[in-house]
Amino acid sequence: MQEQTAMEPITFVVRGTGVKGAGAGLSPASRHRLFGLAGPILLLVIWQLLVMTNILNPVFFPAPTQIVSEIVNNLTTGQLQGDVWVSIVRVFWGFLLGAIPGVILGLSMGLFPLVGAILDPLVAALMPIPKLALMPLIMVIFGLGETEKVVVLLLGVVFPVIINTAAGVRNLDRIYLDVAKNYNASTWQYYRSVAWPGALSMIFSGLRLGIGMALLLIVAAEMHGALSGIGYRLWYSYTMFNISGMYVSFVVLALLGFIFTMLLEEVEHLVMPWKRA
Amino acid sequence: MSAVSRGEFDGLRGRTAEREVRIYAEALSKQFQVKKKTVTALDNVSLTVHEGEFVSLVGPSGCGKTTLLRIIAGLETPTAGTLTMQHKNPQQPLNSMVFQEHAVFPWMTVRKNIAYGLKMRHVPKVTTEKIVNEYLVKIGLTKFADSYPHQLSGGMKQRVSVARAFANDPEILLMDEPFAALDEQNKLTLQQELVRIWEETRKTVVFITHSIDEAIFLSDRIVVMTAHPGRIRSTFQVDLPRPRKIEEVRSNPYFHDLFFEIWSQLKEEVHKARELEGIEGGA
Ligand SMILES: Nc1ncnc2c1ncn2[C@@H]1O[C@H](COP(=O)(O)OP(=O)(O)OP(=O)(O)O)[C@@H](O)[C@H]1O
Ligand SMILES: [Mg+2]
Repeated sequence: MQEQTAMEPITFVVRGTGVKGAGAGLSPASRHRLFGLAGPILLLVIWQLLVMTNILNPVFFPAPTQIVSEIVNNLTTGQLQGDVWVSIVRVFWGFLLGAIPGVILGLSMGLFPLVGAILDPLVAALMPIPKLALMPLIMVIFGLGETEKVVVLLLGVVFPVIINTAAGVRNLDRIYLDVAKNYNASTWQYYRSVAWPGALSMIFSGLRLGIGMALLLIVAAEMHGALSGIGYRLWYSYTMFNISGMYVSFVVLALLGFIFTMLLEEVEHLVMPWKRA
Repeated sequence: MSAVSRGEFDGLRGRTAEREVRIYAEALSKQFQVKKKTVTALDNVSLTVHEGEFVSLVGPSGCGKTTLLRIIAGLETPTAGTLTMQHKNPQQPLNSMVFQEHAVFPWMTVRKNIAYGLKMRHVPKVTTEKIVNEYLVKIGLTKFADSYPHQLSGGMKQRVSVARAFANDPEILLMDEPFAALDEQNKLTLQQELVRIWEETRKTVVFITHSIDEAIFLSDRIVVMTAHPGRIRSTFQVDLPRPRKIEEVRSNPYFHDLFFEIWSQLKEEVHKARELEGIEGGA
């Protein structure tokens, strides 16, 4: 323990910083993003060095430069673009067809206690079944085709969206309902002016989870019974023992995840302008 | 249209004895069930509020003021007793409430929040805009018209909440500590503004406050409630002339007499409330 000695006065100096987020220079958000880039770049440099010095086995961990040249190869043949496009279309439909009914069901469960009472246990029972486990059944029912892939995805998307949407409506502060009542809002006006905007924030958390699920499932769905798409290409590379080809798929998947999340964030900003700082 | 009715209104006010009863609460009781325990918030409360009267409720915290106001607003039903209200003009909303908590919608701009009641009853856009602009000026938030509530201070939000109720132009205004969150300068300004608007419009108002000053300055009548469970302890008529100015009212010796009389009663109730809490806390 340190002995308490005579009190030394401590002087704090707080200097003005100017208005934050105003004027020239980077905004805190973009500075944050810039720092965010530093991590991956550093990792890539270290990786490259480790491969060049043979500490990492280039058979399993091809150097970043090799992955890049593989990507360039696949781009020139047009194969990569083709796969990416096919997967994007599947994710798009799977996400949309899961998200829309998910939001509608979630809203009805949150708004109408009867619907909630009926569907709550059902959702709770179905939700934990891994959607991958259902894939064989879906393949039997729909055959091997686009429909099957989209169904697998939408099943993964719909549950987190339902649950978050319903929670968003249910957890709305009661005071807003009182205000709407006091101002004689009709039921419909209440939905439009209070329930919907009030639940939006939670709806978007559901959608973010849904996008994650869709990207997870697209790979699995395309590994079986597909002749195109990123998941298919990944599996094909495996059967050919083309390891740098596998890495191309990893990179593309990471990029897709990033892009979808960014897009969703943009939509969120557009739909919820009051969230902007 | 409104000028004519206001004329008749003033005529009515001249014959105070015959003033119409707008809110008639008879032996209202309210009990809440909280986990097998019954909490009595209101016990046998009777209250009459007349046309164009400004009535304030004061009483210790937790004595049931908000509960009474919520029953009058139709947001809560009494356990026993009856509430009778007159809705004179069905074109006009019966009541609008300024809530104690921050109840402005975070997803609407200041302008949209103020316009809420008007929008709900489909008032034409042009009229709405005119009314909203008027109130933006009155509450001093014109510059913030298109800001969202999270960009405002607590006091500014509360002003929006007050403006929303006024803009709706109800027959009866119910206000639950509308100025409690405001700084002293804004409070005085808005109290004066409220008095001015009220003296113009003579709406029926039920107003909750913890501030005796505020109650005296604003009200025609002050109702003191007892500590938990809430009953009505006494009623004070405020015979200060109108139009009222804050400086004049505060320097009036009558103001001080009334203040001390109300405070001496309120003090007892506050002590009782503290003792009650002590007992409950000790058990
Ligand atoms: N929804 C509710 N459920 C259970 N108890 C409640 C509820 N609303 C109010 N009460 C209880 O009723 C009593 C009166 O509450 P109320 O909010 O009316 O007090 P108040 O006079 O407005 O107090 P304050 O001055 O602090 O706002 C309190 O004991 C409170 O705990
Ligand atoms: Mg209260």
